[in-house]
Amino acid sequence: MVSNEYALKTNDLNVFYGEKHAVKQLSIDFPSHSVTALIGPSGCGKSTYLRSLNRMNDLIEGAKVTGEIWFDGENVNHSAAHVRLLRKRIGMVFQKPNPFYKSIYENIAYGPRFHGVTNRKELNEIVESSLRKAALWDEVKDRLHHSALALSGGQQQRLCIARTLSLNPEILLLDEPASALDPISTSKIEELIQQLKANYTIIIVTHNMQQAARISDQTAFFLMGELIELNDTNQIFTKPTRKETEDYITGRFG
Amino acid sequence: MSSPTKQHDSWWKEGVGKVLTTVSASILILTTLAIIYFIASKGLATFFSNGVSLVEFLIGTEWNPEGAPGQFGALPFILGSFIVTVGSALLAAPLGIGTAIFMTEISPRIGQKVMQPVIELLVGIPSVVYGFIGLSVLIPFLRNSFGGVGFSILAGILVLTVMILPTITSLSVDAVKRVPRDLKEASLALGATRWQTIWNIIVLRSSLPGLLMAIILGMARAFGEALAVQMVIGNTTAIPKSLLSPSNTLTSGITLNMGNTIPGSAYNNALWSMGLLLLIMTLIFILLIRWISKRGQA
Repeated sequence: MVSNEYALKTNDLNVFYGEKHAVKQLSIDFPSHSVTALIGPSGCGKSTYLRSLNRMNDLIEGAKVTGEIWFDGENVNHSAAHVRLLRKRIGMVFQKPNPFYKSIYENIAYGPRFHGVTNRKELNEIVESSLRKAALWDEVKDRLHHSALALSGGQQQRLCIARTLSLNPEILLLDEPASALDPISTSKIEELIQQLKANYTIIIVTHNMQQAARISDQTAFFLMGELIELNDTNQIFTKPTRKETEDYITGRFG
Repeated sequence: MSSPTKQHDSWWKEGVGKVLTTVSASILILTTLAIIYFIASKGLATFFSNGVSLVEFLIGTEWNPEGAPGQFGALPFILGSFIVTVGSALLAAPLGIGTAIFMTEISPRIGQKVMQPVIELLVGIPSVVYGFIGLSVLIPFLRNSFGGVGFSILAGILVLTVMILPTITSLSVDAVKRVPRDLKEASLALGATRWQTIWNIIVLRSSLPGLLMAIILGMARAFGEALAVQMVIGNTTAIPKSLLSPSNTLTSGITLNMGNTIPGSAYNNALWSMGLLLLIMTLIFILLIRWISKRGQA
C-alpha cells in the first residue's frame, strides 16, 4: 500500500444479529482516495460490515456492533457519536436504486435541506454540481422537476449517487450498486466510481469479481463473517496467498 | 390414454363453476340496480309528481312537509350531515394517522400486541352502543360544561370521531406499512432524523394516497351512520347556529320520520329524495377513492 493516510479504520469489529455472530473481529484500514472492494459469497457478512460503518445497523432490532470504527480521529462506534453528522460524512448507496417519490431536484435537495441549507440559489448549485459529479446532469437538466421514478434504473442509481454526493461526504459506501443494472448502466457506474476516487474514499461491496478487479485498489475477501485475505487488488486476483481466496476467485465455490 | 372423457369431465366442472359464479355476480348486480332504480324513482317523484322544487329542496331552510302548503327545505339535514362528517374527519384523521405511525414506526411491538386488538374491538362495537354511551356520558358532560341541552352537532361529531377512528387507523396502518423499507433507509442514511423521515418520506409522499383513502372511507362511514348520531344530535330541523346547537342529518332524518309517513305521500317521497342524496354522495366518495388510488399508482 502506497498511501499512509487512512480515511477509515476498523479494529476488531464484531456484528451480532441476536445470537448470530455475523461479522467476526474485522480490522481493515481504508486508504484515502482509494477504492476498496469487499468480496465473498452471499451471507459472508460483507454487507453487514459495510452497514455498520455508517451505523445503519443501529436501525435493526437486536443488532449489536462491538469494536472500534476510527474516523477523523474519533471512535464513532460509540453511543456519544453524532450519528446524523456521521451519516452525512459517510454516504451510502444501496443495492436497489431507491429514489424518493419526488422530483429529481427534490431528491438531491432532500439531504442538504435537513443539514441547514435553505437558500434557493445555494440549493440550485448543489443540485447541479451533484448531478454533474454523478454524470447525470446532461441527461436530466431539462426535467429537474419531473418525477425521479420516470428515470431508467441506471439513471436512478446515478441519481442516488448524486443524492449522496449532495452532502459532500468524505467516504462513499456502495452496497452492490450495480447488481440490479444492465451491462451498459453498470459500466457507467464503474466509470463514475473511477472518477469519484479522486475526491472520495470508496468502499464497495460487489458480487462481481471482474468488477472488483476492474475498479478497486485493494480487495478484502470475506468468508463466514471472517476476513480471509486483504491485499492489493492485483495481488489478490493474480497471486492470492490463501487457498480459500483462490478457490473463490477462480469460481470453484461461492 | 389422455382421454376425451377426462376432457369432458373438466369441461363439465368448468361449466358448473362458471354458471355458479356468474349467477352470484348477476344477483349482486341486479340487486344493486334494483335498489338504485327504486330509490331514484321514489326520490325523483318528489320533484316530478309532487311538484316540489329541486332548488327549494337543496337550499330551502324550512322543513314542514305536513304543513299546508308543505315546505320541503332539506338544507338543515344536508348541512348537518356535512358538518358532522367533516368535523369528525378533522378530528379522527390526525388521531388515526398518528396512531398508525406509532403502531408501525415507533413501537411495532405495542402496535401488534395492544393497539391491533383494541382497534378490532372498536370496529366490532355496534353503533347503538356508541350512541348509548354518547347519550349517557357525553351529553351530560356537554350540558354541564357548556350549558344548553347537550344534544348537539358537537356531540354527533365526537361520537362519530370515535366510530370512524378504527377505520382510519387500520387503513392508515396498511398505507404506512406499504412504504418500502429502502426509502426509509435512504432517508436515514442521508442523516435525516427519524421524525424527518416519517414526515417527508412516509406521510407526505409514499403513503399519501393510502392515507387520503383512509380518511375518505372514514368520511363515508360517518356520512352514512344513522343510529348513533340520531341518539345524540337532538334532531331539530333548524339551521344550526353553533356547534353546540342541536341539529339533524340526512340519515337520522330518514330513520326518525320514515315510520310516520304514508307511502306515496309527498312527505314520504321527500325522505326518499334524502336517501337519493345519500346515494349520490356515496357515489362521489367512491369516485374520489378510485381517482386517488389511480393517481397513487402512477
